[in-house]
Formats: sequence, C-alpha cells, structure tokens
Amino acid sequence: MRGFLAFLAVILLAMQAFAIDSEKAFEDPELQARYEKIISEVRCLQCQNQSIKDSNVLLASDLRREIRRMMAEGKTNADIADFLVTRYGEFALYRPRTSGKTLILWVAPFFMVLLGGFVIFRIVRHRMSLPINEGAVDEGQSQ
Amino acid sequence: MNRFLLPLIAVVLMIPILILGLRSDPSKLPSPYIGKPAPEFELPGLKDPSITVSTASLEGRMTLVNIWATWCTGCRVEHAFLMQLAEQGTIPIYGINWRDNREHALRWLAELGDPYVASGFDADARVGIDWGAYGAPETFLVSPHGIVLYRFAGPLNQAIWEREFLPRIAEVAVQ
Repeated sequence: MRGFLAFLAVILLAMQAFAIDSEKAFEDPELQARYEKIISEVRCLQCQNQSIKDSNVLLASDLRREIRRMMAEGKTNADIADFLVTRYGEFALYRPRTSGKTLILWVAPFFMVLLGGFVIFRIVRHRMSLPINEGAVDEGQSQ
Repeated sequence: MNRFLLPLIAVVLMIPILILGLRSDPSKLPSPYIGKPAPEFELPGLKDPSITVSTASLEGRMTLVNIWATWCTGCRVEHAFLMQLAEQGTIPIYGINWRDNREHALRWLAELGDPYVASGFDADARVGIDWGAYGAPETFLVSPHGIVLYRFAGPLNQAIWEREFLPRIAEVAVQ
C-alpha cells in the first residue's frame, strides 16, 4: 500500500513537468492565479476542445502572450473577453457571456427540466385518474 | 390517442436539426468580422520594410487579404492558385506574412513567385490575431469601403473561388 501511494505521488507530481506555459509567471500570486483561470477558460481555436492553457500550438502561446500583456496593462477580465470575442467570436470563451446570442445556452437547460417535469406531471396525473383495481386485475391475470 | 405518437413527432422534428449538426464542420469557424469593417492594422512591408501595408492600402477597390506563412503547408498548396489569380488580375491580393521568418519568407517568394501587391511582415503575430486568424492560410474578401465580406480558412482553389468568391465580387460590382 505504501509503495502504491509513493508511486501515485510520483505520477501526480510528475504532471507538473508537463505544464505547457513556459513564460515567466507574474510576480504577484493573485495576478498569476487570475491569469491561469483566464487561460483555462479560453478555447484554443486551432485545437478545439483544449484550452489555451493546455495547448502548445503557436496560436495558443500567442494568445497567452496577448492576455499577459493586457493584464500587465491593467485590463479587466471583461476587457480581455471583449478582445477575444471581437476577433474569434463567442466560441472562444468556454464560459459564454450572457447576451442575446448566448441566452439560449443558458435558458435551454432550465427549459428542458421544466418540460420534463411537466411531462412527468401529466403522466402521474393520468395514472392517478385510472381506477385503482385495474392494476390488481392485471397482476391477477399474470400470475 | 396512441401513446407513441407524441414522442414520434418529437423525434421527427429533431431529425432536420441533427442532420444540420452532422453536416456542419465545427472546425470551420465563422468570422465575427463578416459585414463589419476590417480590423485596423499597419505593418512594415516584407520585401521593403520602409513601406507600410495597412488598412489604407485596401481602400478604393475590392481586395483579397491572404494570411500566409512559410511554416504553413496549406499555403504551399494554395500558392499556385494565388499566382494564377494574380496573373488574371481580377483582384489585388495583399499578404499578411504571419509569425514568420523574413529570410524564409523572401526565399519562398523568390522560388515560388510573388502573387501579392505587397505583404506585411507580422513578426509577432499581433495583426494575424487582430484579424481573428486561427490557422493559415486564411483569405478575406474586403469591399472597396473596407468591409469584410467573406473569410475562407484553408487553401484556396478554383472550385472554392468560383463558388464562394466570384458571386460575392459580382454582387458588389453591381451595386
């Protein structure tokens, strides 16, 4: 067991070595944390389904550099999101912003739950209106 | 009423949506610039760094803006077609040499020919990003008023040119 834990620790710690971003980190840990959160939520347009944090293609490293530059200039997260959406569209953000265009993404799940609830409600009410002994008769027949 | 009727209707209604989903290629992104002014840019020329290639260069006539690089294999594929287009003289082609090495790029143009009126040298990739490029080659059709009419990502060829570009060029010529 001990050996296994040690093995696990080695494997998990080794993952640190795979960090893609080789650029110099921000001095301020708070800024660095903000930076890492941002880049983990930006889609790599060249290698979709990866974030620019996970990707080592050139476009991802260019975008990381741009984001670092904007943060150094004191731009807010909203400014950075605007920068990306102007150039690449809403698709670039893994966490789409609420706007007219993306409203359906945010509303659809709730709508689906409501629709499902309504269907279940209808089914249950229909069954409740059935005579109670009908099921019993069925069971009697099948036995 | 048959209890299967409603789910059946729902499934039938969904089929066209699913077919659309299957047919659309998610790796082809729509450009957010379509119908909007082309992004402002100003780059030193690739061949002659003392000239600038900028938004102003595109004004006054229909232009193509082609984002290319020597590291891009698709660019090599489409190069012969760009040469052919340039010889026909249908439309001026401007290049944005994206995140490239100047020497390599100059050698490329010397060996394969230069279809561009001028190429801007975008060494740090900022202008490519401003145009929303996510891969090369990418070709933008820009109207005489500087509006982006169409973007094609991938190597151009005669068939794509006839299908996507010519009708759009004709449309503007009529107006």
